[in-house]
Amino acid sequence: MKKLVAFALVLMMVLCACGEVKTGDDTNNTNTTTTAPASTTDSASNTDAPVVTNDTYKNVKFGLICLHDENSTYDLNFINGIKEAAQALGLSDDQVIIITNVEEGDACYIAAKDLVDRGCNIVFADSFGHEEYLIQAAEEFPEVQFCHATGTNAHTEGLDNFHNAFASIYEGRYAAGVAAGMKLNEMIEAGTITAEQAVMGYVGAFTYAEVISGYTSFYLGAKSVCPSVTMKVQFTGSWYDETKEKEAANALISAGCVLISQHADSMGAPTACETANVPNISYNGSTVASCPNTFIVSSRINWAPYYTYVINCVVEGKAIDTDWVGGFATGSVELSAVNATAAAEGTQAALDEVVAQFKAGSLDVFVCANMTVNGEALTSYMADVDSDAAYEADTELVKDGVIQESVYRSAPAFALQIDGIELLNSAY
Amino acid sequence: MENNQSNAPADAVSEAVIANEKAIHEPLFHVVKRDAMPWYKSWGIRIAAVVLAMLVVALFGFVLTKNDPIAIYRVMIDGAFGTENRIWSLLLDTALLLGVALAVTPAFKMRFWNIGAEGQVLMGGLICAACMLKLGDKMSTGLLLLVMVVASMLAGAIWGLIPAFFKAYWNANETLFTLMMNYIATSIVSCYCYIWSGGGSGRVGIINRKTKIGWLPNLGSHTQTLNIVIILVLTVILFIYLRYSKHGYEISVVGESENTARYIGINVKKVILRTMLLSGALCGLIGMLLVSGTNHTVATSTAGGRGFTAIMVSWLAKFNPLYMILTSFLIVFLQKGSKEISTIFGLNDAIGDIVSGIVIFFVIGSEFFINYKLMLRTKKSGKEEK
Repeated sequence: MKKLVAFALVLMMVLCACGEVKTGDDTNNTNTTTTAPASTTDSASNTDAPVVTNDTYKNVKFGLICLHDENSTYDLNFINGIKEAAQALGLSDDQVIIITNVEEGDACYIAAKDLVDRGCNIVFADSFGHEEYLIQAAEEFPEVQFCHATGTNAHTEGLDNFHNAFASIYEGRYAAGVAAGMKLNEMIEAGTITAEQAVMGYVGAFTYAEVISGYTSFYLGAKSVCPSVTMKVQFTGSWYDETKEKEAANALISAGCVLISQHADSMGAPTACETANVPNISYNGSTVASCPNTFIVSSRINWAPYYTYVINCVVEGKAIDTDWVGGFATGSVELSAVNATAAAEGTQAALDEVVAQFKAGSLDVFVCANMTVNGEALTSYMADVDSDAAYEADTELVKDGVIQESVYRSAPAFALQIDGIELLNSAY
Repeated sequence: MENNQSNAPADAVSEAVIANEKAIHEPLFHVVKRDAMPWYKSWGIRIAAVVLAMLVVALFGFVLTKNDPIAIYRVMIDGAFGTENRIWSLLLDTALLLGVALAVTPAFKMRFWNIGAEGQVLMGGLICAACMLKLGDKMSTGLLLLVMVVASMLAGAIWGLIPAFFKAYWNANETLFTLMMNYIATSIVSCYCYIWSGGGSGRVGIINRKTKIGWLPNLGSHTQTLNIVIILVLTVILFIYLRYSKHGYEISVVGESENTARYIGINVKKVILRTMLLSGALCGLIGMLLVSGTNHTVATSTAGGRGFTAIMVSWLAKFNPLYMILTSFLIVFLQKGSKEISTIFGLNDAIGDIVSGIVIFFVIGSEFFINYKLMLRTKKSGKEEK
């Protein structure tokens, strides 16, 4: 027993000594790490930080609240976006604080308050369920700007410092759909499939507007070049479940789908496609490294333009849009490089053309003439745009023969089930 | 260390055992049960364990972040106590974890392995949310709060009583049963979240955000105070109940030996049912505090794993409600502190689990050394230390 105690004591002393020595050696290091958490105002830590190259932004402190961590491609996309924006604007490391794994409950409100305590003047949360807790914090701290991705309440809340943001990712999906349609045309011409066998499969997370709007635009894009195309949709009920996404993709392939796309955040569907040698249109970024033979193209949202916009607004003292929607023009929607191995010939040129039209504002995705619901033409679509307890359809979305997606609020509102798309299941 | 008189006979016995064993076979070391230690010694060992654990944490942190241990501790302490809001959040989280630990303790003391606290809390929270949604405009605030408390406790109690009933009458395995009840509760909550969200996102959102109907009132200027006070009162009550009441004694006896309990005329079935009723009702009450006093919504994540962490809190404190204040504080402090490490140094959140794991490993290890001692293979191993 004495030996054990003696050993423990020696170990303790050695470790303490190490600690002491380190304190002496790394004085600078200690300073930078301790000033960061200790300072509740941003000025103290920034004056002695030589990293800041641009004085304009020296008073900016950006707090990012993420639902998961960088292992989820969804959150990774937000984290990479802020890193990109911070680098471009010359923000130092301690001007961006990222809090990960914040649940959609009181934890979000506490995280938001904590970021304000740390001196943040912009707080951004990335998950739908964070919204009301962020509003709670926004009411309490009117001098801080609160921004929320994918939310729906900013336009009805009436707070000057609470804002929603999204991107017109449906345009990206439409463009990706064009690439899919060209691939189908190539298969039809080669005689691999008949025109009737041009069936696409789509792995979706949940059966609500964000996903429905996405797969419908993808389908419309494909249909614009391949009129005979139909689509089957399988939902997984989760934003990130590799096994389920893989199973869903395999189920679609065995149901006769000759091309797969997905709106969920794992590699499940792309790898299933690579194994089965079925072409895949990806999401959240290129998957060509893992799927060299089947990956065609991918669309993604880039959040850096929005972050930059918000930071500039704060610096210039301008009001931030209540609902902000970025598109191809702002750089918020991006297409990856086309993989020539899998894509049909001429895909890149066709996509460039579509993207140019979106940038010019001359192309609409949800044109009523291009779709029917239960065999009937679409003339009116009332959607639940204003979130309230009744969940009633309150806004007419059809204007001049086009459904106005992301116009009355930034988050998608299109939730119609149009002909040509068959839902194999549903998940909420 | 064993110069205590009461240890002498035990040592003599162990020496005799060694002498006997040596004739046949002598292992490198063997484990001998200790007699009870004086409190200052056992606490000395525990504190030493925490200190050692913190040193390992510092070493680990140094390897990962290349910062000296002092800076790492400073970040941890800052994460827990750095601002007024953080202190309140630390206290609230400690109180809520303590609350669930208190709730599982009576059952654990009875050796009824209730790992269904998560589900019992969820059911309490669900019923509480239902009251806030459906009865909000039908009665006065005071009456509504009373209805919420009673209904939530009842819901938790029923969820705890079902496995207890099967255990008492058919000796069904309560560990599996309570675990399964968690899954059922989670599914029911998820189903109602879907219904209450109007068939949309599956998220209820903050209930009565504008009117604050059914929200636990503030005591003073902070929302957390009333939660904390309620749980502290509960701690004292449960301590007295377990230590000084007849019920508490019956629980201990049933826990030690059901046969003894039966022999001295304790109705074992009744004690099992009554204790799980209490355990479940307390879980339901914490569910109500989580929904009405903290989150103001219900979701499958409302209990947030507290139902499982609470088991550890209760065990580490040896089922003593007063010690549980310490153990729940330790665990929440570690969670908050290591969260701060991950935020400041840009590391993955998993570091929180690793740090908690290291500390708990040492603390549980210290319990081993308090209860047992290692005897090395030397001729005078017993005497050497005297």
